[in-house]
Amino acid sequence: MWELIERNKQKSLTLFIAMGACLILLGYMIGITFFGEGGAFYGILTAGAIWLVLSMVGYFSGDQILLSVSHAQEISRDIHPQLFNIVEEMKIAANLNAMPKIYVMDESAPNAFATGRKPERSAIAVTTGLLSRLNRDELQGVIAHEMSHVVNRDVFFMTFSGIMLGSIVLISDVFLRGGRYSTGSSRRYRSSESEGNNGQAVFLLIALVFAILAPLLARLLYFAISRNREYLADASGVRLTRYPEGLASALEKISSSNVELNFANQVTAPLYIVNPFREPAERFIGLTSTHPPIEKRIQILRAMMHSADYKSYQSAYSSVTGKASLIPAAALNDETVPVKKVISEPPEKPKSAKEQMREIGDLNRAVNRFAFLTCVCGLKIKVPPDFTKSNIVCPRCWNRLENPFSKTQSKTTLNP
Amino acid sequence: MAVVLIILGVVAVIILFIIGTYNSLIALRNQAGNSWSQIDVQLKRRHDLIPNLIETVKGYMQHEKGTLETLTRARTQAVDAQSVAQKSQAENTLSNAIGRFMAVVENYPDLKANQNFLALQEELTSTENKIAFSRQSYNDQVLALNNKINMFPSNVIAGVFHFKPESFFELEDKSQKELPKVNFS
Repeated sequence: MWELIERNKQKSLTLFIAMGACLILLGYMIGITFFGEGGAFYGILTAGAIWLVLSMVGYFSGDQILLSVSHAQEISRDIHPQLFNIVEEMKIAANLNAMPKIYVMDESAPNAFATGRKPERSAIAVTTGLLSRLNRDELQGVIAHEMSHVVNRDVFFMTFSGIMLGSIVLISDVFLRGGRYSTGSSRRYRSSESEGNNGQAVFLLIALVFAILAPLLARLLYFAISRNREYLADASGVRLTRYPEGLASALEKISSSNVELNFANQVTAPLYIVNPFREPAERFIGLTSTHPPIEKRIQILRAMMHSADYKSYQSAYSSVTGKASLIPAAALNDETVPVKKVISEPPEKPKSAKEQMREIGDLNRAVNRFAFLTCVCGLKIKVPPDFTKSNIVCPRCWNRLENPFSKTQSKTTLNP
Repeated sequence: MAVVLIILGVVAVIILFIIGTYNSLIALRNQAGNSWSQIDVQLKRRHDLIPNLIETVKGYMQHEKGTLETLTRARTQAVDAQSVAQKSQAENTLSNAIGRFMAVVENYPDLKANQNFLALQEELTSTENKIAFSRQSYNDQVLALNNKINMFPSNVIAGVFHFKPESFFELEDKSQKELPKVNFS
């Protein structure tokens, strides 16, 4: 497990340097076309400044931005004890020091993601759609996968890659759109010799080609890395739970649902467990997809018959995809880790749609601090926090109930 | 002059390597210790849950006095156990007692509909899982530590500073190795 983290850190450093070189080169090219020979310095400086600002923002508040964009609400143990317990179990299995924060998003599409550049400050978010569809083992598989993203420093890695990609795209975009006009004018007013003009024209051409290619290359690289990270997170996740079937059946259930997630875009997509964009076209274009195909992931997980360690995942991966190295050799040293045997449980009663809706509704109400009252006649009354009338009348039996939110309660008790 | 610089450079690299390896050995050992104490935390949590459980079911399971008494006794023994051997024996007995108790609960549908009981059952399931995961985590940490101690080149450093490989957590009762998933739906 540690080897993976070390390897991840090394890879991120290499990528950092490579993409940084790309960025500097881009700045150099653009600087020269704008300002002539002396402009290279300014080009690099500007590119560097843009990247620095974006990095600071991404590094320090990236997870907050992501969580607020997804309309995620934090929950405590009381609101959903099972989810809290599952996350706590995974925290123990992964030997984390601090409990991750748990968020719930009100979406009927089943999905989940994790953020957090350090394991000590991480957050996991799940949708209500996911909670209503999965049983305990499947939910545990998903949470283990998400936690592995944090533990393997994937989030750190992908955030920086995303920012690099964003900077490169931004700079080349600006150049391609606005550069042409100003280079035309600067050439007119610049009093330089003819060789200088030719040189600048050549540079302009190179810069244009580079500006078109760089974002494409960076994007391909980003997506390839993202796909690899997903497989790795699958492997680490089942190593934590020792139960590949849990994650496999969870992925099956998620893939059979056709609802699309509302608040996702191409850059945040890699952080979700399943590709939030469901158009069939996205599935076939392997190179530009942020997630590996779900069918392959399920196949690999189900091919792990006897052990749940990395070696087993690696061999299953090779046999399914035909590709060789996914996991660095240093991480394949572990002993064989046995799969947990599960005593066959009685088949679960499938929940009716009405029950599912009620559960989701109750979860949302609990998150939004509703009060749950039970009348003597058996009716469950759910009171919103901004309803402050002193009494509540049960709509079934006309019984009067005290409103826990009413302000007049305290006044009446003070009266002698 | 250049030779001196090269030698200094090599020495510096070696020293850094030694420091780095030593620190990671210490970190791994501390993590193993942390996981070990985590096991105790979860076991204690199980001890605390059981009286609550018995209180909740007493009203419903009037005729199961025998099972309840076995459970209470097993719990008391687990709390009182001192040595490591005694503790692991007592915990095994307790796990078996809980398993049998849960099997009996199946016959009481009223109990299974009780909200308090359901919450307690979830807590118990979770605690059993946490005990299993904390043992698993301890074994993982010990594996990582032992690997580092035994493999080259860190075994050199380990030998110099007298790091000993730790032992894995193994259950006395071999049948317990296949920890049953506690799920009663």
